[in-house]
Amino acid sequence: MAHNIELGRRGEQVAADHLVARGMRVVDRNWRCAHGELDLVLHDGDCTVFAEVKTRTGPSFGHPFEAITPLKLARLRRLAIAWCEAHDRPTARIRIDAVAVHAPASGPAIVEHLEGIG
Amino acid sequence: MAVARTRAIALVGLSGSVVEVEADLSSQLPAFVIIGLPDTALGEARERVRSAAGNAGCPLPARRLTVNLSPASLPKHGSAFDLAIALSCLAAAGTVDADSVARVVHLGELGLDGRLRPTHGILPAVLAAARAGHERVMVPSANAAEARLVPGIEVVPVATLREAVERHGGDPGIEAARIGATVDEGEAHAIPASTESPEGDLADVIGGDEPIQALLIAAAGGHHLLLAGPPGAGKTMLASRLPGILPDLSPEAALEVASLRSLAGHPIGETLSVRPPFEAPHHTASAAAMVGGGSRGIRPGAAARASHGVLFLDEAPEFPASVLDALRQPLESGRISIHRANAVATFPARFQLVLAANPCPCGGGDSPDDGCACPPATKRRYFARISGPLLDRVDLRLFVHRVTPSRLNMERDRADDPGAAPVMTSEEARRIVVRARDAAARRLAGTPWRTNAEMPGPWLRGDGALHPGSVATRALDRSLERGSITMRGYDRVLKVAWTIADLEEAERPNAEHVGRALAMRLGTSA
Repeated sequence: MAHNIELGRRGEQVAADHLVARGMRVVDRNWRCAHGELDLVLHDGDCTVFAEVKTRTGPSFGHPFEAITPLKLARLRRLAIAWCEAHDRPTARIRIDAVAVHAPASGPAIVEHLEGIG
Repeated sequence: MAVARTRAIALVGLSGSVVEVEADLSSQLPAFVIIGLPDTALGEARERVRSAAGNAGCPLPARRLTVNLSPASLPKHGSAFDLAIALSCLAAAGTVDADSVARVVHLGELGLDGRLRPTHGILPAVLAAARAGHERVMVPSANAAEARLVPGIEVVPVATLREAVERHGGDPGIEAARIGATVDEGEAHAIPASTESPEGDLADVIGGDEPIQALLIAAAGGHHLLLAGPPGAGKTMLASRLPGILPDLSPEAALEVASLRSLAGHPIGETLSVRPPFEAPHHTASAAAMVGGGSRGIRPGAAARASHGVLFLDEAPEFPASVLDALRQPLESGRISIHRANAVATFPARFQLVLAANPCPCGGGDSPDDGCACPPATKRRYFARISGPLLDRVDLRLFVHRVTPSRLNMERDRADDPGAAPVMTSEEARRIVVRARDAAARRLAGTPWRTNAEMPGPWLRGDGALHPGSVATRALDRSLERGSITMRGYDRVLKVAWTIADLEEAERPNAEHVGRALAMRLGTSA
């Protein structure tokens, strides 16, 4: 379990670096509420982006994106609204992104980024 | 956003339509959607294609893939679309050359390991592709021989999805070592070559000239035949000799027969068989088994599979009346139309009908001496199960007797006597039949008909000017006056008379030919 959390943290850092390099600004990380946790909250221009980061070391558990089920997507939407209410930004434009990090045990990580998944 | 397209064939009955398979790749969460009226087996292509592509070393992109089968209104069924779906997706992803994929028609079912499995109906599908003007078709290697029977189209056999990808200029980067081992297995799954059942020779028939003459007339003219007689008289034996004395099929007919076999899932073999088919459904057959049916994939029944050959119904009165009467339409039109909610399929059904029946339900025999205790009314009722309209279309009625000990001795004496006339073999009989059919075809040149049985009665008496004259038909005219035959029966007797004349190489039927034809129609020749 500790290994997975470790891997997740590493993946989130790689994803954050990638998105920052593409001109976004990190606003919040690992924000928790009763509904669950948001991996990354960023600003992309005037848009608030909620990024779900999935990290895998190999292909044996399928593609990282395949782990984002419709159920999880619905929870992400609820979380996004909860975050906006908690931070008093109810009218902000929001977007939900998915970031897949392929992080093999050795060698560089590969990042895939999908914008506006729902 | 990338869209790629290729082509496959959807079969409705025997006729195929070209279906455009287009795949759209969009940057959304991974999903695989197939639209365009797929049935369950086709909907499951999703899972087969994704696994096969992964195991073939060229996985589908983890994005949203939408596959559309167009025209969307045409019902599509079966698993033969797998290859086209996989390649259109891979072309959309850029793994293979989209132009190359778009030019080829793809057919074949995928296994989860990426091997291509043979499917039913390849022959009619390839035929449809060739008729639609396509130049190249990719099929599973196990179906290659079948696909190559179609002239005018290049067949590209592939054993695995990986091979197909390579053919289309793709380079699966990862070496999928496992696939190499499964190719051989895939070959082993190839449908075994057609094993023609031994038909038996006409020379085996003991029972005199009369049954053999009746078979010759049936074969030469394409007339339907009823064999009545007690069990063990050799009805089945006679009927099974009929295909053996029919002439070889024309190339078009052979292709049609093979297409129907392919559609029904029967093996075809390396070469096109030119022998007429023989179908003998059991008397418990349902109407759907007889004429064809099925709610999605409409499959040909025994009557369609017997097209250009012989449909033999043993114990005809035991068949349900509805099944027998379902044969009336194909007997009249030579085609079977099967209507379902979403499609109408038409199959050819130009078969020669041979009915066999016991004279009574107890099957006791010709006479009370043989132990038959059935009262006449029971016998009549039993025979009446074959409906009048069906029986009216049967030109030849033959009563087959049991072989008597004296007959058996006669045959033995003849076999021992080197001077006796040799028994007729199927090969000789076929020569005679071919000669008679040629004579009929020469006479019918310029008409749409080829055999005497196909000639319409009014044409025969009218424009065809084939009435043999009132002297020859005196006995027949009397029967008509007395009402013992109908006008349809009158025409049919004339057709049989022409066949007898053809067999005897006569110019026109004479009174004796007509008399024999009439006797065979009424079943009084026994």
